[in-house]
Amino acid sequence: MFLITCPHCGPRSQAEFVYERAEEAVARPDDTTEATLTALYTRENPRDFAWELWRHAYGCRAWIRMRRHRVTHEIAQIASVGAEA
Amino acid sequence: MSGPSRAARGGLIDRSRVIGFSFDGKAHQGHPGDTLASALLASGVTLMGRSFKYHRPRGVMAAGVEEPNALVGAGVGGRYEPNTRASDLFIYEGLIAVSQNRWPSLDLDIGAVNSLIARFIPAGFYYKAFIAPPWRWKIYEHFIRRAAGLGAAPTKADVDAHEHRAAFCDVLVAGAGPSGLAAALAAAKAGARVILAEQDRELGGSLLFNHAQVDGRSGPLWAAEVEAQLRAAGVRVLRRTTVAGYYDHNQLTLIQRLVEPGQAPDAGTGGLAQRLWRVRAGRVILATGAIERPILFSNNDRPGVMLAGAVRAYVQRYGVLPGRRALIATNNDEAYRTAFALDAAGGQVAAILDSRPDADRPIVAAAKARFDVRFDAGLVAALGAKRVSGATALIGGATVALDADLICVSGGFTPVAHLHMQAGGTLAWDEAGGAFTPALSRQHQVSVGAAAGRDSLTEALADGWSVGLAAAASSGSVSAGLEAGDAPHAETTFDGSRHTHADWEPAAGVHLKTAFVDPQNDVTAADIDLAWREGYRSVEHLKRYTTLGMATDQGKTSNLIGLARLAQAEGRPVPEVGLTTFRPPYTPVTLAVLAGEATGQHMAPLRRTPLFAVHAAHNPPWQPVGYWKRPRAYPRPGESVAEAGLREARTTRSAVGMTDVSTLGKFEIAGPDACALVERICATRVSKLKVGRGRYVFMLREDGMVIDDGTVWRLAEQRYLLTSSTGGGDRMLGQISYVRKILDPTLKVAVASVQERWGAIALAGPRARAVLAALGLGAPSHMALAKGEVGGIAVVILAASYSGERAFELYAPAHDLPKLWAALEAQVATQGGGLYGLEALELMRIEKGHIETGAEIDGRRTPGDLGLSKMLRDGGFVGAPALDRPAFADPDRLRFIGLEAEPGAGAIPEGAMLLTAAGRKPEGHVTSAGLRVATPGGAIALALLRAGPERMGEVLLAASPTRGRNVPVRVVAPIFHDADGALYRD
Repeated sequence: MFLITCPHCGPRSQAEFVYERAEEAVARPDDTTEATLTALYTRENPRDFAWELWRHAYGCRAWIRMRRHRVTHEIAQIASVGAEA
Repeated sequence: MSGPSRAARGGLIDRSRVIGFSFDGKAHQGHPGDTLASALLASGVTLMGRSFKYHRPRGVMAAGVEEPNALVGAGVGGRYEPNTRASDLFIYEGLIAVSQNRWPSLDLDIGAVNSLIARFIPAGFYYKAFIAPPWRWKIYEHFIRRAAGLGAAPTKADVDAHEHRAAFCDVLVAGAGPSGLAAALAAAKAGARVILAEQDRELGGSLLFNHAQVDGRSGPLWAAEVEAQLRAAGVRVLRRTTVAGYYDHNQLTLIQRLVEPGQAPDAGTGGLAQRLWRVRAGRVILATGAIERPILFSNNDRPGVMLAGAVRAYVQRYGVLPGRRALIATNNDEAYRTAFALDAAGGQVAAILDSRPDADRPIVAAAKARFDVRFDAGLVAALGAKRVSGATALIGGATVALDADLICVSGGFTPVAHLHMQAGGTLAWDEAGGAFTPALSRQHQVSVGAAAGRDSLTEALADGWSVGLAAAASSGSVSAGLEAGDAPHAETTFDGSRHTHADWEPAAGVHLKTAFVDPQNDVTAADIDLAWREGYRSVEHLKRYTTLGMATDQGKTSNLIGLARLAQAEGRPVPEVGLTTFRPPYTPVTLAVLAGEATGQHMAPLRRTPLFAVHAAHNPPWQPVGYWKRPRAYPRPGESVAEAGLREARTTRSAVGMTDVSTLGKFEIAGPDACALVERICATRVSKLKVGRGRYVFMLREDGMVIDDGTVWRLAEQRYLLTSSTGGGDRMLGQISYVRKILDPTLKVAVASVQERWGAIALAGPRARAVLAALGLGAPSHMALAKGEVGGIAVVILAASYSGERAFELYAPAHDLPKLWAALEAQVATQGGGLYGLEALELMRIEKGHIETGAEIDGRRTPGDLGLSKMLRDGGFVGAPALDRPAFADPDRLRFIGLEAEPGAGAIPEGAMLLTAAGRKPEGHVTSAGLRVATPGGAIALALLRAGPERMGEVLLAASPTRGRNVPVRVVAPIFHDADGALYRD
């Protein structure tokens, strides 16, 4: 279980969060079919840091952006999504 | 004195008290502080088990959790624990222990015939023999499976309580040996919050069996004083607590025993047997020690062959003489201490066989002065069967026979690096010591003492102390100005490097087929050579082919020996061959402690609908739906659930029925962009919906698959109500959140989940309108809504139908629902109707061809597959871009159809495969199975079939091998009731 620092709630256990998707995997309703299929199925998965979207589903329910290393699970950065309330 | 082999004096046991226990039905006695192994050895018992495959006689080899042979079943009934290591069980009054894997008795075991056919059953024999012809394997398999396994599985549920706890600390110290105690003390004195966990019952580690002085006191006394200081400083000291697993971000699980295996817990603890701790630590110090390795020689698994350090523990900690005349075989200095210990306790040392050349070191010189020490000497074979009687050795090229009833072996020491590796660390190879030591740490953890490869007590104490101080400082919670003082100082004779010369090659003349590498799984050196000859040369293949290291001891004494033998065969250095993965838990863990309190009715929370108590009064059969329970039916006395469901459906179709639909997902969506949001989520057109009207909708995932369906209603100009399936409610909440926060954050809209705020009751059937009228409510036309009031309760009526009848869903605030239900129930009864549950609801919706989330909507169906294409908008909704994929246009996809069987053919099995004829490949499956409710006829079903809509009239076989039924069915349109919707038109 990771220790994730929610921008609103502070350090919380991973058990309170839901991993939603990699940021590159966001497929928008107005994208082309090509772009959608690339985002869903053929994006890179580097053994490196990458941005992901998580949701504090069992806490404040906010969405956060997290920069996580895909091998070591080190969390380099966490940011709120969108404008600060 | 509690047995013939109990030493006259010495040991840390309490000789003033006696504990009675039984082993294999025979009564024995021991003292407080004894393990089962030490008490049995003291009683003169050396035969403690039979090996897994060959049923060879085995005795205890080690003095700790690494014991591979002496496995017993401890306790009875709901407390019985199989595969308990006798050296890891502290005896208590009334302990009942039995040996395993033998019949009829340990002494006379029929299974020993396996030893006679040993050459036919080496490692991996079941991959090569007993296979062909395939039907015969089914017979052999029965016997081979019966013969496999060690302990018997428990047959009763665990009777004791187990709990989970969370804890946080600045420094977690795993292991309370000298380096661990020093580290914990230093960290505590520096002001850090410390947790110290020790798997043994006593703190002290090697100090409990090596004579040493620390700060002028005996080891055990120093350990006791340190414990008192730690507790005074607020350190949480956990005994009988194993650090079982190391996870991400310095989270670790600890398994704490409050009772010994098979022991009843104290009434005072609430019947608590074990506790699982989840600890989040700022820094972790691994003081997990090192495990001694045995040596390869013929029959090295006989009772009486023991690790040299273990013999020292039995003599000096437990006051037991495991034998009268001992041989010591070693490749390091440490084992010499065992000779001195045995001598001091009154035992005889026949010889010390040192595989190294002669050397001029103090411990060697002292030994030579007292014992017969031979160099360049190695064991060839142990003699004796149920007990060692002697050995042959190769000394300076000549074979010599020696008498002994105890052989103490030491092939070196392997640092316990399991937790370090679980934490993502790397290892360095020490060629001379023949061991991997922790190198780089990926998380905030350090290994100290023997776990870091330190040989000497002085080094271990200093190491632990400085690391403890550093950990406290770097964890950032140190109080300024606290003086920790000096590191503890050790005085022990012959401290310093062990001068291990790791030599993996057995002495010449060793018969490899009885040189056991992994005694618990009966893996010999010959098996490792066999695997290599047959091409299994990767360490992963070696492990799985021979099962080396796969038993309950996870190869603690054997992995490295096997690995080194593989490296030799490969002609490569050991570190190049690599290691298999270290996985938690470090020692076996009972499932009950993993479950904790979440058992029985606490396994999952119970979500109650507003009408739960009302339903419960009928004592209905329940259907779990997520965390809710919904009534399957309301059977009358003597009625089965199926009969009740059919009756309820018939009543609804002929008169009126009512059911609780409160669990449906519901969302209120309001604001200028409310419609835009709904149209993002739903793939249907919503913008043309007028105020007061609703329509059916379905939602897609980004990959174009249908994930849920429901309805949407326009409550006001800028206010909508969206409903979804019960099970999909939480998922829809996530989907809505995703659209609002990520895809379209600029939408001016507010959303509230009102799933629990509103309850709902569905009223369906020809007399439903009459029921509404009797309550003074107007009936909205189909797919319209109306508002009203019943007995002061504000009600919103949505004219939607899942059952296919003219139906109405009445929404009211949840706390008002029981009152509304009562009012409706009275009128429904007047109209000759009744309640219906999920069985009836299923029968009716299947007849009407309504698809259901979880059945037809299984996450792999496109709108086209489900016949929903006509309702699709052009684009602009989640999943729209993915619908253009060429594969989605393939007519051969599984598509939605109906099935009917002949009257009298019986029910169509739900989940059955659809075949063109017996033995062909499946072309689809049955998703929902039902019956004709009102009109007579055969069973019906909804199904998915390749190119389904183009195969109308085709006859298929609905085959269910698990239920042993094959039912001929005909492909029809998926609608069996009111195909033109006449019932909706008043």
